[in-house]
Amino acid sequence: MLKLENLSKIYHVGTFGGTELLAVNEVSFQVGEGEVVSLIGESGSGKSTIGKMILRLISKSAGSITFNGVDVSSLHGSQLKEYYRKVQGVFQDPFSSYNPIFKADRVFKLIRDEFFPGTNDVEWIAKVRDSVEDVGLNPDHVLQKYPHQLSGGQLQRLLIARALLLDVELLVADEIISMLDASTRIDVLNLLADLTSQGLSILFITHDLSLGYYISQKAVILYRGCVAEMGATEKIYNRPLHPYTKMLMASVPRLDRKWDEKVVEIALEGKNAELEDGCVFYHRCPAADAAMGCAERMPPLIETEPNHFVACFCYQEEQAAVKDIS
Amino acid sequence: MSLQVENLRVYYQTLHGDVKALDGATFALADGEIMGLAGESGCGKTTLGYSLIRLNARMRYVEGHVRLDGSELPIWDSEKMNDFRFKEVSIVPQYAMSAMNPTRKIGKMISELLSSRKVSYKTTRPELKRRLDLVGLSHDVLDMYPIELSGGMKQRMVMVLSTLLDPSLLIADEITSALDVSSQKAVAEMLVEFRNREIVKSMIVITHDISILYQIADTIMIMYAGQLAEKAPTDTIIHNAWHPYTKLLISSLPKVGVKYSENKLEGIPGKPPMLLNPPKGCRFRDRCEVAFEKCLEEPPFLELEKDHYVACWRVSDQYA
Amino acid sequence: MITFLKKNEILYFAIRNNKLKIGLSVLIFFILLTLVGPLLTDYSPMEYIGPPSAPPSSEYWFGTTTFGQDVFSQFIHGLKASFLVGIIGGGIGTLLGVLVGFVAGYRGGMIDEILNMVTNIVLVIPTLAVLLIIVAYLEVRGIFAESVFIGLTSWPWAARAIRAQTFSLRSRDFVDLARLTGMKPLKIIFSEIAPNMMSYLLLVFILQFGGAILVAATLDFIGLGPTNAMSLGLMMNNAVLWGALLLGFWWWFIPPGIAITAIVGSLYITNVGLDEVFNPKLREM
Repeated sequence: MLKLENLSKIYHVGTFGGTELLAVNEVSFQVGEGEVVSLIGESGSGKSTIGKMILRLISKSAGSITFNGVDVSSLHGSQLKEYYRKVQGVFQDPFSSYNPIFKADRVFKLIRDEFFPGTNDVEWIAKVRDSVEDVGLNPDHVLQKYPHQLSGGQLQRLLIARALLLDVELLVADEIISMLDASTRIDVLNLLADLTSQGLSILFITHDLSLGYYISQKAVILYRGCVAEMGATEKIYNRPLHPYTKMLMASVPRLDRKWDEKVVEIALEGKNAELEDGCVFYHRCPAADAAMGCAERMPPLIETEPNHFVACFCYQEEQAAVKDIS
Repeated sequence: MSLQVENLRVYYQTLHGDVKALDGATFALADGEIMGLAGESGCGKTTLGYSLIRLNARMRYVEGHVRLDGSELPIWDSEKMNDFRFKEVSIVPQYAMSAMNPTRKIGKMISELLSSRKVSYKTTRPELKRRLDLVGLSHDVLDMYPIELSGGMKQRMVMVLSTLLDPSLLIADEITSALDVSSQKAVAEMLVEFRNREIVKSMIVITHDISILYQIADTIMIMYAGQLAEKAPTDTIIHNAWHPYTKLLISSLPKVGVKYSENKLEGIPGKPPMLLNPPKGCRFRDRCEVAFEKCLEEPPFLELEKDHYVACWRVSDQYA
Repeated sequence: MITFLKKNEILYFAIRNNKLKIGLSVLIFFILLTLVGPLLTDYSPMEYIGPPSAPPSSEYWFGTTTFGQDVFSQFIHGLKASFLVGIIGGGIGTLLGVLVGFVAGYRGGMIDEILNMVTNIVLVIPTLAVLLIIVAYLEVRGIFAESVFIGLTSWPWAARAIRAQTFSLRSRDFVDLARLTGMKPLKIIFSEIAPNMMSYLLLVFILQFGGAILVAATLDFIGLGPTNAMSLGLMMNNAVLWGALLLGFWWWFIPPGIAITAIVGSLYITNVGLDEVFNPKLREM
């Protein structure tokens, strides 16, 4: 349904815009119907940039984004509006997503003004109430209130309700849980998972690995704008292949085991040199090996087992093995 | 005993009345203990942390005693606390890494800070360098501007600063929240290292991320709506909590290995009470499944088994 | 009453703010004077009605000029002129500043660069020199022309301030959300961003108002003011020209001077007071 092919975003920074900053570097992945894909990465990985490009809030520099076969960047005017009927977003900070001087309901009113201008009042109120109930809130408690009178969890759910008023097929959720309290996080997560069972697809952008595991079928691990590893969630979490993924899995604080002393300490600041070309993870990689070509070019994505892709030269033999088998 | 807090009450003054942000905290920290202070937003953990060092002018000290290494801390008097701040009690505030003056080189900033505390920069310099080595920062950092450092490096720098004079008590407020996963691990492990080398005697680590506490804290104290709910060794809190709120909180945390499709986690219905006019008795009463009539009276924070304190009538009836 | 005020936080702080109270009182006094004044004087400002250079008396409250004109009626009409210049000049300046600031701040990119260039050029133009050239071509100038000129040259700083505010508001998530609703940029600016800046825009207008009066007074004083009307600055100009300073005719130049100082000063104080009312961080509890 949503397909990204070699998507890139280049920012021009520095005086007179001389230096190029490659925020997203030839990222490709897909989101199917009713699927939850986690886009996992730390700060600087480009995950939010990808989300914003999909939502047409930022323009792309190269590559393509297609939705149901249509190139998203070619849409303008009323076509873009039709796109927004099917693709919506929810952002990280619930309090920043509402205009503080208006009531929270105004987000619904804006949807009505732009997408449902002819609807009569009674019909509209019923539609809004249904939507609010679908997200697990009591309409009488949350409607007609100002944003500062509601909690973060309620505000996020109202934003999801807003998206449900349209015929949304894909929801881009950019770190929507991170600013919520522990006890409301799980409610919003459960809500998202419930909605997928009704056919909604979600691109779940996060830096929190345990959240990704809870609701997604597929995971994409990003490092500095490149896809390091991608595939079915269990495979990535239980058998991480890329050195970066291994480091992530070992460093994330978990409630079921303590940090493993025996895991190789990867330096936080690069041990190896930073390179112009070559693998983007070279400077921190314990397995970096000039003989394999790590210093010369970015490793391509290799499928080492069905639905498990990794961009690392360490696994070139695996791909050969898979090819032989097939 | 390193730290003893007795019936500490700190309110915030607002236009509409007093917000009872911290209402009666009594607990103790042993020497060398790293205590995690966890709870949701508005539970009072930040208030508790800041009240021990008296940094926020809007706080109104109501009553209570704080004793550090036997002597009383004058937390109601900002002037008198000056002698204790930085030397006996130190804090790493939440946005510390963004609070470094961007126009000052780090070395200059440190020397200014030390001279304001009447400590000579020259004599402290060798120790400073040893500490930088300890946290894995090169000495060149002193000649750099804050903008040249990454988030993790800035956080480690701030930690070195706050512990330079070997305080007995360190309060760390959400120091890992804004960091990447790898930096979080480094900073958290650093805290333990500081304690192991006796640079700091005991620590209070304030955070909402309980999984970090599981990794580094000896004990965890859970707060709810301005009051203490439970305090126990880390393993007990995670695997064998007694307070209904703690149990619900721990079970609502997503863990790697738990999938929605196999094991749907539950949240806690309802919202914490407004602290302008908190309900009488146990503040968790309205959201608690096992609440009964006695809960209309405020439950005391009792030690029901060794080192395991709970404030709940149900539990104390059961185990007393 | 207290509970009503506590509910409406802005009003509560507004009533308690001394700067606001003082500033507004002085302003309202002068406005009332302007409105009521013409009823108190029977003479037209330019008429030669009395003995020349007479000090204030019960007949001529502010005395007379060297030519025997009633200073008080000149004063009243001058006040009216000053307020007119303030509103028109300040209004035009604010309007232009708002337009340029919003568009530059919201769009960014090339449009921002171009508008910035225009703003900087207008900022740097020596207004006095331009005005001298204009004066050489226009023989008769009215208050309206003067206001327009002031408006056209005073908008840059407002544009810059508004641009900066718009930049910061534009990156807030609710603007992104409005874009996701398919709203057109102009609609977003006026229905999402501008309402958040209402207090700021009010402050900008007040400053423009005061600034216009001051500039007008200065221009009048050096003789570049309106030719067919009386204004406070013109009064002072005449007073100096005709030796009032040397001859001690204080009643001719002191009232207009005090009036300008008081009006502009009270506007600025009101501005500071309003800023404190709107911005919780500046309030003294």
